[in-house]
Amino acid sequence: MIQRLLPFLFLIALFVALAIASPNFLTNTNLSSVVRQTAVINVMALGMTMVIIAGGIDLSVGSILAFGGLLGTMAIEKGAPIPAGVAVGVLAGGAWGFVNGLLTTQLKISPFIVTLGTLGIVRGITLIVSNGLPVHSLPSRFSFLGEGSLGGVPFVLWVLLVCAVSVHALLEHTKLGRHAFAIGSNPEAAYYTGIPVAFSTVAVYSLCGLLTGLAGMIEASRLMTGQPTAGQGYELQAIAAVVIGGGSLRGGEGTVVGTLIGAFIMGLLSNGSDLLGISPYVQQALIGAVIILAVTLDEIRKRKAV
Amino acid sequence: MLLALSGMAKRFGGVSALRNGTLAVKPGEVHLLMGENGAGKSTLMKIAAGMLKPDGGTFEWRGQRVSLSRPADAARLGIAMVHQESLLAPHLTVAENIYLGREASWRFQLPKILHAAARLIEEHRFPLQADWRVDRLSPAGRQMVEICRAIAHGSSLLIFDEPTSSLSNAETEQVFRIVGDLKKRGAGVIYITHRLEELRTIGDRVTVLRDGETVHTGDLADLSREELIRHMVGRELSAIYDREPLPPGGVALRVRGLSSPPFVKNVSFDLRSGEIVGLAGLVGAGRTELCRAIFGVDRALSGEVEVHGARFSARSPRDAREAGIALIPEDRGRHGLARLLPVAPNLSAASLDRLCRAGFVEAQRERALVETFVEKLRIRTAGSKQLAGRLSGGNQQKVVIGKWVARGAKVFLFDEPTRGIDVGAKAEVFRVMDSLAREGAAILMVSSELPELLGVADRILVMRQGEIAGELPRGSTQEEAMRLAV
Repeated sequence: MIQRLLPFLFLIALFVALAIASPNFLTNTNLSSVVRQTAVINVMALGMTMVIIAGGIDLSVGSILAFGGLLGTMAIEKGAPIPAGVAVGVLAGGAWGFVNGLLTTQLKISPFIVTLGTLGIVRGITLIVSNGLPVHSLPSRFSFLGEGSLGGVPFVLWVLLVCAVSVHALLEHTKLGRHAFAIGSNPEAAYYTGIPVAFSTVAVYSLCGLLTGLAGMIEASRLMTGQPTAGQGYELQAIAAVVIGGGSLRGGEGTVVGTLIGAFIMGLLSNGSDLLGISPYVQQALIGAVIILAVTLDEIRKRKAV
Repeated sequence: MLLALSGMAKRFGGVSALRNGTLAVKPGEVHLLMGENGAGKSTLMKIAAGMLKPDGGTFEWRGQRVSLSRPADAARLGIAMVHQESLLAPHLTVAENIYLGREASWRFQLPKILHAAARLIEEHRFPLQADWRVDRLSPAGRQMVEICRAIAHGSSLLIFDEPTSSLSNAETEQVFRIVGDLKKRGAGVIYITHRLEELRTIGDRVTVLRDGETVHTGDLADLSREELIRHMVGRELSAIYDREPLPPGGVALRVRGLSSPPFVKNVSFDLRSGEIVGLAGLVGAGRTELCRAIFGVDRALSGEVEVHGARFSARSPRDAREAGIALIPEDRGRHGLARLLPVAPNLSAASLDRLCRAGFVEAQRERALVETFVEKLRIRTAGSKQLAGRLSGGNQQKVVIGKWVARGAKVFLFDEPTRGIDVGAKAEVFRVMDSLAREGAAILMVSSELPELLGVADRILVMRQGEIAGELPRGSTQEEAMRLAV
């Protein structure tokens, strides 16, 4: 039990250590900025959690994030109401998730390869559609999604909360969630049990795509641009968050709470390094070391488990 | 004595796997090691092979006290183990696998290795070729490579962990011949097995473990089958197989002219409610494939299947499930169980759509279902949160069966339901089958163990080369069945 709590305890320790080490850490502005910075990775990582539990992986989320963000901002630029624009971005992401799911289940190619391919395809299409240029002329109200506040806390925190609760409920309390665990744990046994393996897999990738599209809109709102080059390398951060939180790349394991903790650990590490004047080069190495440490501890726990 | 283990103990966390394991093996004898699953046989053998360090007890090799800390130590003494699960590198050749990890020099010389392996294979008359790739071999072929690997290094003690559980009769003969060979050369052989039927032909002495303790050691010739079972289970089990047949009800499953090339050709039969019908035949006769075709794993090319009078053609296991058919697959670990998930989601996996309201699983109903069927099937777990993969073989099988009983299936296809599980668990599996039949289910049971089929089934269909070769009534003999099968 103690070991299951380790990532959480680590997060608390990190929080306390930073509060002591830097006077600027516990300020409202700084904490809000941590939440805003982490929200994008967090929302993506929630989708990634589902995919990894179902025994898959999605390397294309960084590109999908850019595609969703671009299409959404283009719609807004063309005069669509902001909520409609956000919906466009979310659905655009979902469409690519659907494609990823279809390709893995119908071509029966490993998801690592499929999404490595769509990573390139989606990025390419994003650059073609935008002609390589960012979307700039956005109404100032659009910044509310990423930068606004509601009830004294950043609006994105509410968004994240709603997403997290939904994904948690989906994984733990719905048929689809249970099918995802079964498929990730043993796809052949799941098929023999009469579980609709292909359908569930496609659904999970699509949901991951929807969340990634939403993350793309949050990113665009924070930067107030639709960047065709946004999100490069984000896939690795999202996967890292899931894995630090106890998800297994072999499938069948992972939790929403774990993933959130994983994402916040990385967010705090990066924020703390900034506050303490540690170079971004060291930051990268630090986060890499934390990933290995977290997974090692988790493996030890699993070996001891009943 | 070649090997003398005494008072061996081993704990895993809070669980004591072995408390007082004692075993002595002479050179030139075949020593059988028996016991139910979980009795501590594998733990004791892993200690002998240097794969586990004991918590207590003494280890003597040729009269000298030794202490092993890794498998290489055992190899140096001349102890080799043939594993039940294949530990081979599938992309390498037979020869490379035999000499893997034991290369004589830093240089890798394939021709030399191929030559050495070819000589070894010839000497022992293995049905293998040195340059075959391992992933092209059948499970039996892989087992042969494992055996080759173990005897390649002049080992003086070989441990066989249930080598024949997945082999056909002809292949089993091969293994026995090799064991006899080794014995003649003065090597000691320890042989773990569940199959009472095959013991007499090869064993000299037997040691029986129960609950982590050695309860009997002695000559095999002095021991009757009933005594042996009593030692293993600690109680009388006079009637594992016996069951009262029921008057059969209406036709539950009707199969007409079912073909699923190349293994199933024009198969027709009826299965009635309350009936247990045995399906006998040699390995490769198409029994598993027939079950897979009915269950929709393999697409049937032609033929008709009716369930309770309704035409039905399964394009996937999902269709079969909707029609009330269940398949308990032969390969439990691969097709039956999500080993990394707890017992509860495994038990409810086939019934989720019935436990859901608007897509949400109703936790209370699920818990009730799991509790009901853990109790009904007497699944021994440390709680419904225990991982399915950590259960004993017999209890894993009960989880797979329970999944379908919970679903309320009416036609059960049991494919080798007792493979790799011990006598006590077999009896419980038969008890479950019997009670299902009494509740009106129709059961088709595939088994390679004729005595078990003859004891349990109401009648027996015999398959040969994809066709039904004939039908035998209850009370037929093994000879009659074999005559139809070959």
